[in-house]
Amino acid sequence: MTRHLYVHLPFCAHRCGYCDFVTVVGRNPQHGAYVDALLGELAFERDLLAPELETVFLGGGTPTFTEPHELERLLGALPRADEVTVEANPETVTQELARMLRELGVNRVSLGVQSFRPHLLAVLERVAQPDTVRRAYYHLRDAGFDNVSFDLIYGIPGQSPADLDADLADSLELSPEHLSCYELEAKPGTRFTHAHGAELARQADAMESYFEAVVDSLTSAGYRWYETANFCRTPERADGRDLRSRHNLAYWLGRDYLGLGIGAVSTIDGRRWRNTPRLPTYVAELGAGRRPPREVEPLTVDVRRRERVMLGLRLDEPLQVDGLGDVLDDSALERLQRLGLVDRTGPTLALTARGRMLGGGVTADLLT
Amino acid sequence: MTQDRIRNFSIIAHIDHGKSTLADRILELTHAVSSRDMREQVLDSMDLERERGITIKAQAVRVGWKGHQLNLIDTPGHVDFTYEVSRSLQACEGALLVVDAAQGTQAQTLANAYLAIENNLEIVPVVNKIDLPQADPDAAAAELADLIGDSPDHVLRISAKTGAGVEDVLDAIVERVPLPAGDPDAPARALIFDSSYDQYRGVVAFVRVVDGRFATGEPLRAMALGTRFEAEELGFFSPARSPSGTLEAGEVGYVITGLKDVSRLRVGDTLTSENRPAAEPVPGYKDVKPMVFAGLFPTDSDDYPELRDALEKLKLNDAALFYEPETSQALGFGFRCGFLGLLHMEIVRERLEREFDLDLLVTAPNVAYRVKPPHEDWREVHTPTDMPNELEEVEEPYIKASIIVPKEYVGAVMELNNDRRGRFDHLEYLSEERVHLTYELPLAEIVLDYYDQLKSRTRGYASFDYDVIGFRPGKLVRVDVLVGGESVDALSLIVHRDSAYDRGRALVERLQKEIPRQHFDVAIQAAIGARVVARETVKARRKDVLAKCYGGDITRKRKLLERQKAGKKRMKQVGMVEVPQEAFLAVLNLNEEKK
Repeated sequence: MTRHLYVHLPFCAHRCGYCDFVTVVGRNPQHGAYVDALLGELAFERDLLAPELETVFLGGGTPTFTEPHELERLLGALPRADEVTVEANPETVTQELARMLRELGVNRVSLGVQSFRPHLLAVLERVAQPDTVRRAYYHLRDAGFDNVSFDLIYGIPGQSPADLDADLADSLELSPEHLSCYELEAKPGTRFTHAHGAELARQADAMESYFEAVVDSLTSAGYRWYETANFCRTPERADGRDLRSRHNLAYWLGRDYLGLGIGAVSTIDGRRWRNTPRLPTYVAELGAGRRPPREVEPLTVDVRRRERVMLGLRLDEPLQVDGLGDVLDDSALERLQRLGLVDRTGPTLALTARGRMLGGGVTADLLT
Repeated sequence: MTQDRIRNFSIIAHIDHGKSTLADRILELTHAVSSRDMREQVLDSMDLERERGITIKAQAVRVGWKGHQLNLIDTPGHVDFTYEVSRSLQACEGALLVVDAAQGTQAQTLANAYLAIENNLEIVPVVNKIDLPQADPDAAAAELADLIGDSPDHVLRISAKTGAGVEDVLDAIVERVPLPAGDPDAPARALIFDSSYDQYRGVVAFVRVVDGRFATGEPLRAMALGTRFEAEELGFFSPARSPSGTLEAGEVGYVITGLKDVSRLRVGDTLTSENRPAAEPVPGYKDVKPMVFAGLFPTDSDDYPELRDALEKLKLNDAALFYEPETSQALGFGFRCGFLGLLHMEIVRERLEREFDLDLLVTAPNVAYRVKPPHEDWREVHTPTDMPNELEEVEEPYIKASIIVPKEYVGAVMELNNDRRGRFDHLEYLSEERVHLTYELPLAEIVLDYYDQLKSRTRGYASFDYDVIGFRPGKLVRVDVLVGGESVDALSLIVHRDSAYDRGRALVERLQKEIPRQHFDVAIQAAIGARVVARETVKARRKDVLAKCYGGDITRKRKLLERQKAGKKRMKQVGMVEVPQEAFLAVLNLNEEKK
């Protein structure tokens, strides 16, 4: 049984060019049917959930673009949890929405800021303006949210190092509890990549220094770099609270989780499955009282161990190596230790600061 | 059959100009192969050879035409095999010179056409592919006639594909190709122009009987090598082996020798009868030695035994191939192989990869050197790492290069040869348009990219041929490459002292581009002895992470990581540095870089 639940709300006002999530544009009349289907799937899988949940995470899409009364119905029907996060786009966050989320037990909001530069927001095809972001943030604070996370993107076509510094400074000025900073991943063959090819190549060359700038500014501003792309205020700066995303930590620690909705992935008891990404199929099947079509991937012990290493080494806390069998390459480990990229202390393995910057390559080296 | 009924000929054509199709048509028309059994391009039998695991190389097919015996002798088609080509041509009295009606005369055609003329062959000019919409048979015929000094009316116009005009070709062979002129009563002599290996019956020699008569069971001797054996079976190809009991003056056929080692019977040697031996061999035999050497390594070191077996099998059919085990600290276990030239190397490599399904890494080729270390005797060195640091003298092989080129490219060719330490020898106008140039060059200067350069500087019009003329002293030094402080044996090269600095510099720069950034700074140095002459650094990576990873894409990210891992596995580990296989070929492209 799992204590972590993910719910996918795919609806968006507009599909941004760089986005590679399962999203559905508009379709407001369908929101109700989709929420019915979600609740139907929840009923099917109820037994997989522990009586007490640790985390619930509503991701998207733009969960807050969902028709408010449907979102309300969904939140009202979902099980309670210690941490309930909803992803939101700034332009959707009104005073009323913020209050409604708070009243329905949401205690963490992840705000899709991406940037505070108008020209970069335009490139990303984001609806929000810098002021929209600030307004949304204050609505959330006013409604009593004391755990807000920002998503930032760097490596945007047209971005300069100064733009990134300004984005980081603007974010820090608002002092969110948590920040997720991603490099822009432009998938080959997408409209976005086609439109920005040459500039994306230039940005790729600058990505190293961007990453360093992000880590440097945020850590020196008192944030803990607890995962490759995630930062949170240290307990000293948060009244002793641990502000890491508990839901995402569950993924990185290799725990089981249940995912509901189109394209949602679940991993439970050595099995991983992914729901159909097709909205009509999902709604129709659950409407007919059947589980949605799923792609199932059995996870062998070996694969699970490899994933433990891959995910665990993203964190700043050491990885327990006992029970990992022979997935670690001892000679590579020794070599990486000599290079000052890895620390092995007793039964734990951790990456050094430089090792974390090279985490992908180091992990590839470490695995047999 | 009496000699006046025999015609021996070969077909000379540029690649894709239709040699194989014409051969097929001839076999079909003469009923050597029924059209039902007609397998496209019967003479190209390599794949079939492999399927059956035996050699059925049919490079000399006998067909009948209007009461005559025609022997079609196939020729290998490239400069590395000039010697083999010349032996095949020596076995004929005539040659069909086939030119594509759309493309006209090509460089490769010329070299072999001149070779045929030198061998006093009667040339039967043929313009092929007249059925193509873009064909210009008149222009092609005029050019061809001009080339061989014949009348355009004499040029046959055919389409091997449709069969149009092919009968005329057969008639022309009977009419124009001279009769064999050997002495049927003299002591028997036969020229070996090719050989193959049959795993059950040993070496099979392909021969042209010059004088006298051979019979099954007769004790025979190869005159140059002195090899003795008994003729287990005599016969001809039709195109399958057809035992005939005897082979007479003028005829072409095979001799099954029972010999288990191809190197004991070399192309160009003369067979004679032990009982009544000839006094003189057929002229022209040469001991062909490998002059170009390269290391062959399996990409996956587990494939070493397969590579060894494959080379053993290949060697059975290729007496010129030489190999010995070689160990490289960078590339592991492999073989140092000797080849006649670059194309021979290319063919061996291709056959190893295609027929034996091996993934190979071939190091930059080098030539054989003769070295004399202090207080030691002269010895031959086949790999740069074996080159001693201290030397009294070094010698390298020289060639005489013969280049035929339209006159407007003479300057470009001279410039290329001067760049390559060439010494001008001779220039002669073959016609108003075409010039024949000869140069003496170190073989080392042509093994890398000389053909490519020659071709690109002459728009493909140059034809090129060479002969090794012996070893000469050279001011040579070994340049070593160090990656991350470790010397990489597979990258060492031997160069002329005057260009050592430039080559070292170019190699290091090239490697800097080929070696991906690692977790740490990697120094790349070129050194002569202990003196570093060039240095570059591959800066350490500062970031190498998967941007984000959540519950929905763990599988995909895991697969990405596995791919990254697989990419690393394909690299060779030099000390701590991961070096991609392509980097080992960097030496191959140095000159390209310079231009």
